[in-house]
Amino acid sequence: MLKEKDKIFKNLYGFEDWKLEGAKKRGIWSNTKELIKMGSEKIVEEIKNSQLRGRGGAGFPAGLKWSFMPKDSGKDHYLVVNADESEPGTCKDREIMRNDPHLLLEGCLVAAFAMHAHTCYIYIRGEYYSESSNLQKAIDEAYANNLIGKNACGTGWDFDIYLHRGAGAYICGEETALLESLEGKKGQPRLKPPFPAGAGLYGCPTTVTNVETVAVSPTILRRGSKWFANLGSANNTGTKIFSISGHVNNPCNVEEEMGIPLKDLIEKHAGGVIGGWENLLAVIPGGASVPLLPKSICDTVKMDFDSLKEVQSGLGTAAVIVMNQSTDIVEAIARLSHFYKHESCGQCTPCREGTGWMYRMMEKMIHGNVENQDIDKILDVTKQIEGHTICALGDAAAWPIQGLFRHFRPEIEKRIQERNRRVA
Amino acid sequence: MHHPGTNNKVYKKINDNFEWSSENFKKISEIIKKYPSNRIQSAVIPLLDLAQRQNNGWLSKNSMEKVAETLSMSYIRVLEVATFYSMFNLEPIGKNFVQICRTTPCWLRGSDKLSKVAQEVCETNIGETSDNKIFTVVEVECLGACCNAPMVQINDDYYEDLDEESFKKLLQDLKDNKSIKVGSQIGRKSSQPERKFDA
Repeated sequence: MLKEKDKIFKNLYGFEDWKLEGAKKRGIWSNTKELIKMGSEKIVEEIKNSQLRGRGGAGFPAGLKWSFMPKDSGKDHYLVVNADESEPGTCKDREIMRNDPHLLLEGCLVAAFAMHAHTCYIYIRGEYYSESSNLQKAIDEAYANNLIGKNACGTGWDFDIYLHRGAGAYICGEETALLESLEGKKGQPRLKPPFPAGAGLYGCPTTVTNVETVAVSPTILRRGSKWFANLGSANNTGTKIFSISGHVNNPCNVEEEMGIPLKDLIEKHAGGVIGGWENLLAVIPGGASVPLLPKSICDTVKMDFDSLKEVQSGLGTAAVIVMNQSTDIVEAIARLSHFYKHESCGQCTPCREGTGWMYRMMEKMIHGNVENQDIDKILDVTKQIEGHTICALGDAAAWPIQGLFRHFRPEIEKRIQERNRRVA
Repeated sequence: MHHPGTNNKVYKKINDNFEWSSENFKKISEIIKKYPSNRIQSAVIPLLDLAQRQNNGWLSKNSMEKVAETLSMSYIRVLEVATFYSMFNLEPIGKNFVQICRTTPCWLRGSDKLSKVAQEVCETNIGETSDNKIFTVVEVECLGACCNAPMVQINDDYYEDLDEESFKKLLQDLKDNKSIKVGSQIGRKSSQPERKFDA
């Protein structure tokens, strides 16, 4: 279990003061000037050495991403923090923003300096109203104390942070859709290339990165990349906030070491599965977009990017959705299909038409109201959608269904038989 | 499933002229300063939000035209944005906009029971406004408070860790104009594990 001294998020639950005074007591903003004095190349190097992987879902190495920013483009550079947290099951960034906003702001300064950006936009989902007001108050405090603004922290670096509230679109969590939205348009993803590091916000070099990734970076610099890299295992280093929801006794957010066994995570932190571990049916280990895992895999699997990939799922945002034996597993996935149908931006045909079709099929499958060959048909359609759209929403809509049939196909076949018997 | 925010039609009734209140007018100049001077279109979402707040929770044609005029955009560009994002309501709503999260993590903890309770207490169907205009009840997709499921959003605030009983009381109190407690309804702080765990 993660030791108290190795925790980065010391005020995750808001027991302490979230404002500047409390933040300073926790060591935030203590020697930011020294961190900046390391110079941008050294900062990127340290983040690379820590092997920090992006916490927004894709798990792309953060240091590498930061290093893509050009050094002398002659244009303004932007850091955009993705706080559009809408992946079902995920509620970690919310806790950071309302209970420890200065941790994020300090991270913004360090990250922006490393990528030569003078301006940072934090794009927060519109529904997070009280979170955004906490964050805005923290920004105002930071300006008033000269921690950001002109000559931020006395480093000679001018740095502005602006908060931008979204308006309720899951797709704006995709980085290029987020940029479109920030430019005042519909949030429809852009074709890549060009990648945002070349032409992002307003056509300028931009890096879009998740709240948690930014928030952990000052602590990594302070305590050294070695400390961070020693937590977890190679290529899956550090700590991570896990959101545990669904059928557990004590649903919660908790910071833990990467690679903690799923069973330990649920039993030690979330009070165990309702009805006991034997009552477990399945777990979605990384937010709605990743395929579910049946109990047999949950018994032993470790929670990190590579271990979950090996069992054909993914860590995603580390949002663990637990389902016990009382769950109608088909309806659980059908609800996710409804989510994707609702959130498809409508730009690419396979996704726009496919998500609706898959949802209608899944609804029928709840009652077994399909033919046996329809199972292969829906699997075929998921393959047609996956990889044939501009952004990953198409993939995300396909994977939960593929996961369901990979592990629970007999359950649906049973429902079809039962229904056929009833009708006959 | 009907939701005033996913409606793509502009509400037919032409209401009175929409002019920015003097307070909002000041706010607008603050908002526009956040963006580069040649990129003020970026402010369209914050301005639509302001307009909606000033217009009792929904956007009329006049209010969207006002936003377009303020930002020197064509009306169709503003309408495009207003229809795309689900938080912009294109038809009038009741005094309390009750949004019940229906996605899997909340559903696992009983969100469909909350929908039933809401229909009974608010005396309206999902997606509709009650006759006395006190409630509009809708089901929405994930609101991002899954560790506090099931939860609902009423106007700007989240009400978490609900069950049928507490939700019924919450709505009844709203109906009776009593004050209600925001956040977790079982008194836990944020998303901490309920029992104290030794770290």
